[in-house]
Amino acid sequence: MRGNETDDLSALIRDDRVHRRLYTDPELFELELDRIFGHAWIYIGHQSQVKNPGDFYTTRIGRQPVLMVRHDDGEIYVLNNRCAHRGAMIATAESGNVSEFRCAYHGWTYGTDGKLSAVPIAQGYPGNLDFNDPGNSLLPVARTDNYRGFVFANLSSEGPGLREFLGFMTTSFDDMIDRAPGDEIEVAGGVFKHAFDANWKVYLENLCDGVHPSNVHESSIDAARAQDDDVFSDGAGEIAVRQMRQNGVGYNFFRDSVGLWTVPNGHSYMGDYHDDEKLVAALDDPSFADYIDALKADKGEARAREILSVARWNTNVWPTVSFMSQFRQLRVVHPVSVNRTEVHTFSFRMPQAPERLFADTIRFANVTNGTGSLVLTDDLETYGRIGEGLQCEGPEWIHMGRELGIDTAVDNNARETNGTSELHIRNMFDAWMSYMSTGA
Amino acid sequence: MAQDDVDIRQIEAFLFHEARLLDDRQFEAWLDLFTDTGWYWVPVQPDQDNPYDTISLIYDDRRLLETRVRRLRNPRIHAQMPPSRTSHLIGNVTIEDDSPDDADLLVGSNFQMLEYRRDKQQVFGGSCRHGLIRTEDGFKIQWKRVNLANSDGMLDGISAIF
Repeated sequence: MRGNETDDLSALIRDDRVHRRLYTDPELFELELDRIFGHAWIYIGHQSQVKNPGDFYTTRIGRQPVLMVRHDDGEIYVLNNRCAHRGAMIATAESGNVSEFRCAYHGWTYGTDGKLSAVPIAQGYPGNLDFNDPGNSLLPVARTDNYRGFVFANLSSEGPGLREFLGFMTTSFDDMIDRAPGDEIEVAGGVFKHAFDANWKVYLENLCDGVHPSNVHESSIDAARAQDDDVFSDGAGEIAVRQMRQNGVGYNFFRDSVGLWTVPNGHSYMGDYHDDEKLVAALDDPSFADYIDALKADKGEARAREILSVARWNTNVWPTVSFMSQFRQLRVVHPVSVNRTEVHTFSFRMPQAPERLFADTIRFANVTNGTGSLVLTDDLETYGRIGEGLQCEGPEWIHMGRELGIDTAVDNNARETNGTSELHIRNMFDAWMSYMSTGA
Repeated sequence: MAQDDVDIRQIEAFLFHEARLLDDRQFEAWLDLFTDTGWYWVPVQPDQDNPYDTISLIYDDRRLLETRVRRLRNPRIHAQMPPSRTSHLIGNVTIEDDSPDDADLLVGSNFQMLEYRRDKQQVFGGSCRHGLIRTEDGFKIQWKRVNLANSDGMLDGISAIF
């Protein structure tokens, strides 16, 4: 950036439009890594991914490799995944269990709290090599916290705490957890990893976009509508076809029957879109009835009904995570470069619910997040076209003004509007501007 | 079915025919190779037992497979406009000893599929297992499992059929 950075940045965002450079400029991308990924709370993983001492899971904050690991004392650490000695990456597996971390290069060895425990020829270093010096450790990131088992990290020691950052969006995590008998959920069933050639911001922008399905997903909507329901299905096709048809509900449905809510720090969620009748394979499905019974037994009839009446679709927790509590799907966005993005998607199992319910979660994951799904492939293609199209230098501006000015302030510091609005995008750029101009 | 009454050349011819149909974009004819309860499966995990407790890159029962093929003809299928050109190469064809419960014959093969679309060429590879049923009209596919070498790796969207 040149000149007065903040002035330059604010000139790139208007009430209803954003400059194309926010999606194409490598310098701005680098600044985002520093100011957003270096200062906002970034989702790392769920505690169930590191159930036992020594369990670790590797991921990234922006481009920086980190690992989440459970120490002997039960505490979860988020550590920089890099040897203090010569800088080699320590853990290369996606996940695993270790008693210690030992560098492949010269054998520097660390405990699962990141503390240096052994160094070959330690006496060869000038003075005494201080094993307690953080500079000689797998350095923990500045801050680690979790909300009911969802682990976040922050590379900066300054700024709001996690709960303050999440604000009202903690209630979406509550929704996911409350739906589980015994409040127990765990990551299970494998991870989809898909990539596209466009800027990282387009992904979350799309996830509360109620106008895209009728266009992007037209081919799968048409194909599903024409499908004969008497043809054999073991459940996979039944849920997939139902979901694809639901994508075709049309603009009026999103305008009249779907709500969109935003809260500070870029977060948003879409609600009232799917109720259980529309999506669960069948309400008379015995496994779903068993699940409701298990929930009632755990929480009482009234509370169970209250929990099930919450109908939130995608919740976007800016800047990189989006989840669906009803179907226990969670997607994590990883920026690679200004025009390349990777996404990991996870499913959650409820161990105290009937096992067959998880099969429905898997079926739903395959149709909505599957790398070879009839739905997601058209999303990925569209992201790629954005990446290509925005190489045009004109027009300079991109629209985000749909339903501008009609949203209203409601409780919980939230704003409310209808499901065809681009309010969630404008809200993300409010957070973007705030982090990019102050770095916190 | 006794394995020794099956001619491996006949099996190879069947797999080559299947590959040709895909490369020629004769998707409906390819679908007709499957039984009415047949399925097409591309697991995410190399050692995946089943498509029910773990996600799959693709798991199509007959109903979803019909929808997949119908979508490939839809003019608004953005991910296939323009469509992929593919070249399937099938080899190492074997008739496996262990007979599956739900098919007459278990056939193993390796494959490489070259996919070209919009200036981008990708190579996929791995092994296949076909559970085949013998009918009066020749073999039918009860199931096809594709073990993609990079099934659990980072992938762009998959719209072509392996």
